[in-house]
Amino acid sequence: MTELAALSVSAALIGLNNGDISSRDLAHACLAAILEHDPALRCFLAVDPQHALAQADAADARRARGGDLPPLLGLPIAVKDVLAVEGLPATAGSRILAGFQPPYTATAVRRLQQAGAIILGKTNTDEFAMGSSTENSAYFTTRNPWNTERVPGGSSGGSAAAVAARLTPAALGTDTGGSVRQPAAFCGVTGLKPTYGRVSRYGLIAYGSSLDTVGILARGAEDVAALFPHMAGHDPLDSTSASHPVTPIDLTAAESLAGLRVGVPEEYFIAGIQPAVEAAVRAAIDQLQALGAEVRPVSLPHTKYALPVYYLIAPAEASANLARFDGVRYGLRVENEDVIEMFKDTRGAGFGPEVIRRIMLGTYALSAGYYDAYYGQAQKVRTLIAQDFLTAFEQVDVIAAPVAPTTAFPIGGHGDDPLAMYLEDVFTLPANLAGVPGLAFPVGFDPDGLPIGMQLMGRHFEEAILLHAAHAYQQATDWHTHVPTLATP
Amino acid sequence: MALTRKDVEHIANLARLTLTDEELERYRLQLSSILAHVAQLQELDTADVPPYTGAVAGPHPLRPDEPGPSLPTATLLAGAPDTAHNQFRVPPIFDVPSDD
Repeated sequence: MTELAALSVSAALIGLNNGDISSRDLAHACLAAILEHDPALRCFLAVDPQHALAQADAADARRARGGDLPPLLGLPIAVKDVLAVEGLPATAGSRILAGFQPPYTATAVRRLQQAGAIILGKTNTDEFAMGSSTENSAYFTTRNPWNTERVPGGSSGGSAAAVAARLTPAALGTDTGGSVRQPAAFCGVTGLKPTYGRVSRYGLIAYGSSLDTVGILARGAEDVAALFPHMAGHDPLDSTSASHPVTPIDLTAAESLAGLRVGVPEEYFIAGIQPAVEAAVRAAIDQLQALGAEVRPVSLPHTKYALPVYYLIAPAEASANLARFDGVRYGLRVENEDVIEMFKDTRGAGFGPEVIRRIMLGTYALSAGYYDAYYGQAQKVRTLIAQDFLTAFEQVDVIAAPVAPTTAFPIGGHGDDPLAMYLEDVFTLPANLAGVPGLAFPVGFDPDGLPIGMQLMGRHFEEAILLHAAHAYQQATDWHTHVPTLATP
Repeated sequence: MALTRKDVEHIANLARLTLTDEELERYRLQLSSILAHVAQLQELDTADVPPYTGAVAGPHPLRPDEPGPSLPTATLLAGAPDTAHNQFRVPPIFDVPSDD
């Protein structure tokens, strides 16, 4: 029964459309796989089997009626717990939102539901998506299915681990500084961070509003391409939503990469990168060349400043966004007769250490006397980083680079050193700062059997080119088809 | 850039966070270390560089400002820690002079 849960999005949609499988069987298989493996992996913060099966039955009934069917009818997906889904809790991995039930659904989720997708549950995340390992979740740490002593990456670690462990064909994640791509790399799945503004942020619990994007994790580029057009597009409920048109992505002609110019930035192959990661990424670039792409060096000279820029801008935006958690309208309240003390006690008790750290850092960067030196300077250097990409994309169509300097690190491996954890994001932050799309996909394994990811970054709104290139690579290689061996409970 | 104890107390107050002495000291050390790292931005001459204003050039037209349906008040109050008279209830914000 659970083998149905191992179907990719593409295979599941073929089976559903052919009538070989029902949505109920598919959803039931996913729920059974979750029941069997999630106690060890801990991908999910909330699963609602009755609701999922009711949606599946409704999808099957809709299919039986015939006529024009929604394109994803009956496909189960999981949703990262920073996106609001009416009827399910939304904690953002934080104690301050324990028990919160959002009264509406995020646009990205609602559009997929309108396209026929059904929601299995909410996946674990670092608190308010701040982290690279899920260790900052206030509830528990998700385990990497390839080695349960390792982190799954983060912050969309629950989504990545659930897709890798074949508990769901696909899952939504969010990427503010690498939170889709890095866990995709650590878990050996394919993850898309769209162009900033491409997918509505309405219903996404805000972290860094100029950086936040909603993305997809699935087995292969083909699967991501099947979902992406159904969640992208302009939304009047998000003032930064782009009006750029969305078209279906056809990957059928993706065997050859002739004419594609691939840039390799020297700044992403730095000292300290794990040798197996560099070797696998360089081999994957060779493979793109073998498929017809033209590979040439490019320079993104301000790459090393992405980390300090990000860790000023994202905390500054977070300090403003998280001001709304004050014990008044939703979530936790710690009672105090003085209203200001009530705010302080609530926030001090409700937020975890990483969230407090970033709120304080952002508050400081925005405070009187320091604004120009920190936040103002970071916004200027952000311009230089964005210009690096514009210049590079005059010479090449995509940029190929490692997703992270290492494979999945041990749980607890970074101890209490926030800066060491921030360095995990060094290769993913620039795309967020420049607003360009990025696609991570598996390109090998290290000697310990842990997956290695590569990312392709592209011009604004050119997600389809990234998916085309990754699909061609995945037609010629089989890294994305490897399945972790899960312990039988 | 080493922060003083007074600095972190000030930041915690601005950010409306109650922290213990032990937490204040830990954040003082950690924030000082992060600020030392971000100080490398000062080495760049950005006199002629405009601050970043957005990933994607316009147009970002404003939507028409038209009234539309909203969620019911009761739905929006359902998640609140304390409510009264169809409103959020908080501790007193102003000192109310007594009548006598």
